[in-house]
Amino acid sequence: MKNPKIIASSGQRGDKVRSDCFCQIETNYSEGNEILIKSKVEVMYGKSIHKLASDIIEYFGIKNSKILIEDSGALPFIIAARIECAINRAGLGNGKEYLLPINKKNTYATAIDRGRRSRLYLPGNEPKFFINAGLHSPDGIILDLEDSVAPSEKDAAQLIVRNALRSVDFFGAERMVRINQFPRGLEDLKYIVPHNVNVILLPKAESADSIKTMEEEVEKLKKQHEVKNEIYFMPILESAQGIINAFEIAKASKKNCALAIGLEDYTADIGTQRTAEGRESYFARTMLVNAAKAAGIQAIDTVFSDVNDMEGLRISVLEAKSIGFEGKGCIHPRQIKVIHEAFVPTFDEIEKAKKIVTAFDDAKKKGLGVIALGSKMIDAPVVKRAQNTIKLAIENKLIPKNWNKN
Amino acid sequence: MKMIKNAAGRLVPDKINGEKQIPFAGVNKYRPSGYKAKLPVRSCVDYPMDGNKVVKSLKDALIKSGIKDGMTISTHHHLRNGDVLTNTLFDTLKELGVKNIRWFPSASFPCHQHLIKYLEDGTIHHIEGSMNGPLGKFTSMGKMKGVGVLRSHGGRYQSVQDGEVHIDIAVIASPTADPFGNANGVTGKSACGLIGFALADSEYADKVIVVTDNLVPFPCLPWQIQGNNVDFVVEVASLGDPSKIVSGTTEVTKSPDRLLIAEYVAQFIDEAGIMKEGFSFQAGSGGTNLAFVLYLKERMKAKGVKARFVRGGSTKYLVELLEEGLTDYILDGQTFDLEGVRSMRENPNHVNTSPFTSYNFHGKGNFASIIDTAVLGATEVDINFNANVVSHSDGYLLHGIGGWQNCLYSKCTILAIPSFRDRIPVIVDEVTTLCGPGELIDVIITERGIAINPLRKDLIKAMKGSLLPIKTITQLRDEVFAICGGVPMKPKTDRKQVVAVVKWVDGTILDSVFKVVT
Repeated sequence: MKNPKIIASSGQRGDKVRSDCFCQIETNYSEGNEILIKSKVEVMYGKSIHKLASDIIEYFGIKNSKILIEDSGALPFIIAARIECAINRAGLGNGKEYLLPINKKNTYATAIDRGRRSRLYLPGNEPKFFINAGLHSPDGIILDLEDSVAPSEKDAAQLIVRNALRSVDFFGAERMVRINQFPRGLEDLKYIVPHNVNVILLPKAESADSIKTMEEEVEKLKKQHEVKNEIYFMPILESAQGIINAFEIAKASKKNCALAIGLEDYTADIGTQRTAEGRESYFARTMLVNAAKAAGIQAIDTVFSDVNDMEGLRISVLEAKSIGFEGKGCIHPRQIKVIHEAFVPTFDEIEKAKKIVTAFDDAKKKGLGVIALGSKMIDAPVVKRAQNTIKLAIENKLIPKNWNKN
Repeated sequence: MKMIKNAAGRLVPDKINGEKQIPFAGVNKYRPSGYKAKLPVRSCVDYPMDGNKVVKSLKDALIKSGIKDGMTISTHHHLRNGDVLTNTLFDTLKELGVKNIRWFPSASFPCHQHLIKYLEDGTIHHIEGSMNGPLGKFTSMGKMKGVGVLRSHGGRYQSVQDGEVHIDIAVIASPTADPFGNANGVTGKSACGLIGFALADSEYADKVIVVTDNLVPFPCLPWQIQGNNVDFVVEVASLGDPSKIVSGTTEVTKSPDRLLIAEYVAQFIDEAGIMKEGFSFQAGSGGTNLAFVLYLKERMKAKGVKARFVRGGSTKYLVELLEEGLTDYILDGQTFDLEGVRSMRENPNHVNTSPFTSYNFHGKGNFASIIDTAVLGATEVDINFNANVVSHSDGYLLHGIGGWQNCLYSKCTILAIPSFRDRIPVIVDEVTTLCGPGELIDVIITERGIAINPLRKDLIKAMKGSLLPIKTITQLRDEVFAICGGVPMKPKTDRKQVVAVVKWVDGTILDSVFKVVT
């Protein structure tokens, strides 16, 4: 008996689509495979697309099938993900993964206490937004597998995000992924842990248990794939339960680098609506800041989603900074500069930091273990914060690089 | 036809459409001599004494103008993509059974794809002007009877002035006109601002037909076109679609990458020392070209620096500069939005200038070379800073040159471009079609970095220590190729079949466009 014909597809096509492609596979089509390519860049890269497609179908052992690619100028990492997704959807993936070589610029590690002023959310199934995101110098880029991806496209987004982590230059931004809630979230980890993700964002975290479950799974995958770089966690608290358990969640893992708050879901959960003034979320936000600080990690504020209101964004960042937040989420690259400028240290903050750093350097030179400023002892975290303030001040050209060389 | 290698190293034909051509000899090397084109002596007594030149239809006007096969007919492009008159004109020529017309527009738009059937049936022999969109594709496929000629706005004027192109009949779409033929573009339902590009046509053509959908009693003021040069006036119901003629407002791009480029441009102009008291710049209407003005404005305010003049394409953003006292004058070549039209009407320092004050090769100097910096675009730039604006990397003609070549003469020419579009590299090894020689292009500003032409040691020195991402052009190219997936293949072309040529501003041939083979 003949095998049944299967037609499966993935990706996007049409006049409005840019930097993406559509791939369809039709099995039991003919003797041997046939690859059909319609591409906007046919002249320049038609041959290279054909070669990539042939390599992939050979890798998966596809036979007697027709592969149709309608390309609107997709980069190779996107085309590869779309083809692989169509193959998976046709049931021919056999648990294999087609991996492109990792971009050498993408192997950098992160530090638990690095600055996280801005984090840019990018919808996980829209690769065209990934390509230049790093040029806008956000502290972190979040490839989102959760709310911005339609349920029917979760599998496609996993592959796009995986390929992006390997291929797209993020220009030094922290490489973040927001996974789905469990159990799908645990599945997501397989597509990101082996590919040098720096920080994993867990949405709707409500208990220490979920963090521990994630940590175990991450450790298992790290061992399995010999991943050397540290991977940190940023639980997002988005419910009354999460806020009440904030401290417990913050302490649940040594890999937690920050707690973030998500106010859309939180306000819905407590039965109210977000206002500009934000009285309804004041408790949750200060609670989260307090829990994070008590656990010695960063507190990161929610997303500012009106991309046209730059003044509103600036005010919102200053307010967040005033209650202890160290970072803000954003959804458009033009918001990044505004956020960074609003987080610029004030004159008084810089002057204080200069004194602390100078005292620290002097103590080091003299081989002293204890650092004192006037009659006060200074702890290591205070020094670290002062150093960060100085770094920000230099980056913003408020003080010269060699401010202490006189 | 023989192919010769010109001074830019490009293969160009010695003859096109039966006429001998001069290959490009290098920037500022070629000097035509002799006298400008001469006009026949006319006498006013041969024209209606009462000043009424109205005839009943365009067809009538064409017949009275002595229309015959092989003539050159010119039109202007101020109605942009809303132009219906040009299409009607060729419908009429077809009806008259005229063949082998040389169409000489100042630019073409996608709406002119209506004319493809007349290129196919031989009504039109070839186009000299620009071949945009569908007309470009048609030309690139080798389907046009003659060889197309691409010229800059200044080059078009040059070719008319020195007799390279003789216009038999000029058909001038005029949003307002009187029966004597005085005409303008500032009023009427089809108002488009200026109609300056038709100036040369009105002065040099054998016969001049003014066509209007707003006939007013004499005198029509202002008279951007002088009735003293006009033979016939035709009234029609409509010249075109006003919604496609002028935009109500021009908006700055929202693309974060283009805004980043625009920010780099402003920072570069500031840090290179170009932005100083009394400086000047040229701004256009394209996404990036509009946005850099906003960033430059912030910097001018912060430093308390004022420009002496800005050359437009005016938009509301230039008008704001003028009204906030950040420039003394706008010298306007064309008006892009209603704010620009208003300002020009109300503010004596917003000056209506003919494009040929700036773009005239046979003039005694040009504004274009006085300007401190011009920010322009391109479809491709190569590692020798040569740039292309007419075709894409797939070999197809798509755009006209406009004033681009002429603006390259500014003291610092900046191309503000993305390093690649989708997967199409914009920085390449060698441009598909050469439109601007690299020695006139000073800086390439992309979202991935800025390359300064090695010839501009002064700029390189000025930018030492800048925080801007200054790179070499080859570094940029390598980055782009790595992202796009290797060196792009070149389009297959038939090197024996020249479908169009690109003229330099002096009338010599800079490059050939070959038939694309599929």
